[in-house]
Amino acid sequence: MIMSTPSSSPTRRDLLVLSAAAGAASLLPASTGAATGGDAIRPFSINVPEEELVELRRRIAATRWPEKETVADQSQGVQLATIQKLARYWATDYDWRKIEAKLNALPQFITEIDGLDIHFIHVRSKHENALPLIVTHGWPGSVIEQLKIVAPLTNPTAHSASASDAFHLVIPSMPGYGFSGKPATTGWGPERMGRAWEELMKRLGYTRYVAQGGDWGAFVVDQMGLQAPAGLLAIHTNMPATVPADVDRALQLGDPPPSGLSAEERRAYEQLVRTFKQVEYARMMAARPQTLYGIADSPVGLAAWLLDHNDADGQPAAAVVSALDRTTSATGELTRDEILDNITLYWLTNTGVSASRLYWEYRGGFFNAKGVKIPVAVTVFPGEQYQAPRSWTETAYPKLIYYHRAEKGGHFAAWEQPMIFTKELRAAFRSLR
Amino acid sequence: MSVLHSLIGRRRFLASTLVGTIGVFLSVTAAMAQASGDTSIRPFKFHASDEALADLRRRIAATKWPSRELVTDASQGVQLAAMRELARYWQTDYEWRKFEARLNALPQFMTTIDGVDIHFIHVRSKHPNALPVIVTHGWPGSIIEQLKIIDPLTNPTAHGGSASDAFDIVIPSLPGHGFSGKPTILGWDPIRIARAWIVLMKRLGYTRYVAQGGDWGNAVTEQMALLAPPELVGIHTNMPATIPDDIAKALQSGGPPPSGLSADERYAYDQLDFFYKHGLAYAQEMGNRPQTLYGIEDSPVGLAAWMLDHDARSYALIARVFAGQPEGLTRDDILDNVTLYWLTNTAVSSARLYWESKLAFFAPKGIVIPVAVSAFPDEIYTAPRSWTERAYPKLIHYNRLPKGGHFAAWEQPQLFAEELRAAFKTLR
Repeated sequence: MIMSTPSSSPTRRDLLVLSAAAGAASLLPASTGAATGGDAIRPFSINVPEEELVELRRRIAATRWPEKETVADQSQGVQLATIQKLARYWATDYDWRKIEAKLNALPQFITEIDGLDIHFIHVRSKHENALPLIVTHGWPGSVIEQLKIVAPLTNPTAHSASASDAFHLVIPSMPGYGFSGKPATTGWGPERMGRAWEELMKRLGYTRYVAQGGDWGAFVVDQMGLQAPAGLLAIHTNMPATVPADVDRALQLGDPPPSGLSAEERRAYEQLVRTFKQVEYARMMAARPQTLYGIADSPVGLAAWLLDHNDADGQPAAAVVSALDRTTSATGELTRDEILDNITLYWLTNTGVSASRLYWEYRGGFFNAKGVKIPVAVTVFPGEQYQAPRSWTETAYPKLIYYHRAEKGGHFAAWEQPMIFTKELRAAFRSLR
Repeated sequence: MSVLHSLIGRRRFLASTLVGTIGVFLSVTAAMAQASGDTSIRPFKFHASDEALADLRRRIAATKWPSRELVTDASQGVQLAAMRELARYWQTDYEWRKFEARLNALPQFMTTIDGVDIHFIHVRSKHPNALPVIVTHGWPGSIIEQLKIIDPLTNPTAHGGSASDAFDIVIPSLPGHGFSGKPTILGWDPIRIARAWIVLMKRLGYTRYVAQGGDWGNAVTEQMALLAPPELVGIHTNMPATIPDDIAKALQSGGPPPSGLSADERYAYDQLDFFYKHGLAYAQEMGNRPQTLYGIEDSPVGLAAWMLDHDARSYALIARVFAGQPEGLTRDDILDNVTLYWLTNTAVSSARLYWESKLAFFAPKGIVIPVAVSAFPDEIYTAPRSWTERAYPKLIHYNRLPKGGHFAAWEQPQLFAEELRAAFKTLR
């Protein structure tokens, strides 16, 4: 991996030139000091050596396959025919350089926080009063999940909205993921990431901002909500943690649900029962992340492992499976190339195992209410692992400023339905502007 | 008695298996296999191709490694330094051919049962009144686990036992494991395997025998006991399923242990608590998503790490072995087994047994025939006598061993052989 970062700290002018050249930013906030010393913000771009791409294709072509599953559906895992078809395309026609160019067209940076290099995309809106927003991806995701929301959020007037809907957007790679550094010591759980994101926003000069996340990103924004740094006005989550304590206990023990649940709550309970049966991958990563040498060494092994995340409609996620047959999309729906962009990013950055360690680091509950007291906005997507009922959501987040059930979209909401997701964020934070 | 046996005569069959050479016998049997259909017993040898071995070494050398774990112990999984040392040895010094010769020196056979080819080692004792025993391996094991007990069991007079301790031994490969066939249909759970083993013993002409197992081998052996064919006179297990209901519930809730446990019960409880909290994830993943494990089919190091991580004590033992402290197992033992999985391409097919089985691992199954139990200290849990007596009302032998773990026959073959002799003494 060649990460082109200047050897000396760039001046503020360098940064401006670089982001301006990328065509996506106007001015850094006036309060941003010169990026020097430990706080330096270094421009970043990606240029994967050709040998690595050749080696990846060679490995895919040399894959040693198991025999076909003994069922006619996905109940034993990612089906052989599915992964073989994907591997054929990956080894022949897939073009990493396209996503590389797309990423490099965005202003990307690296800055060291708490001893670790943090990679982030930072796109400022041309609209002066844009609301700064930090969006955090999850597993098996990356910053690639958020690429389609960059333009609609930062440039709303070109995307059927008004200047007052504009956001300045910060999209970091979590530690151990993508182009961020890999922690060499324990302790980088969602709590520590929350504090790092606070520092990042401060370093970027933002004194008044909001935060958004789904999957691990939801854990991080919940933690930010608990830490409640001065600049953080509110959070938005598309994977809200709302499960009441008695329901959570019944789920953990495999007991029947507590009595008196509404139909909506009962449905959510059943979805959670199903979800907890589908998260063996998470249990493995939480218990023994280092044992997953196979996903570090085998591209197909990595791809299958990343594909097998569940959503409400299946495991692997129905949205991802249908994307594997979609070669183009006019409406921003997920395509095969996007799935492979994300998998290839994990491969090239060798983050299969380092990303898994986040599950090991985290010792808290998954969907239980965490006690966030600051304003919270929630979008419930129909394809998410469970649909948080309004009742639970209101209890979990006493300062609920927004609750909406979106008509389409799932676990990878920003990636699957970028326009719907964008509209949700505009509506969610309107009252805070 | 099978068609094959009656055709060629028991005496000749005996002679063949005893010398372990199968020249003439082989061609006769091949012809018989054609003629007699499903019940034929075909001699078997394995020879890996040079290309397969070269490809394995090439892949090990080309391993793409993850970054080092963030801890100084095994709490995040199989440690990088241990895997690096294993890979170095595997790629440069390890010799599969040595093991292959050792295996091929044993009488091995293949027979089709219930539509699947079943591979087995079959060694008869020279002692006429030997007790037939069928010994079943588990995951991530293979018949390799049992090789060291063959001679002590079949030839006791050369190993501190007497002629009356002799066994005829049958060691099958589980379906989807080793050289046995890979089921292409559903349903090959321990119950079906148990039925197949009953057929196998019948086909070999045994009318009175015992069965033994640990890990999946225990599950199969227990199911044989539940099926209770009249010829099965007792079983021995080194991974007994004895956990009482209240203990199982307490473990599931993750709460404190019930009060009033004896020291042995408390020790077992703590072992199980640790295993359920930190050691069960691989089994859950294989139980739900075996097909997703493409990485262990495609990466030798990925396969080795997955197999090494069975349980904390056996991993610690293996890590010590690769750090240069031989005890119980050798580096070659471990790599023979991993290489067998690699060369037979059985990483995923063996994982499917977890998907197939709906049985609780350690819950008592209600076995009423005679049961013998050896409790090894480093097993996933060391079954206390109290639980064992309740789980197996006809307990004919219970012993707590001073050493040995999950792979008891492999780690402590002498102790294990002595256990089997003592366990079944009353049934002869």
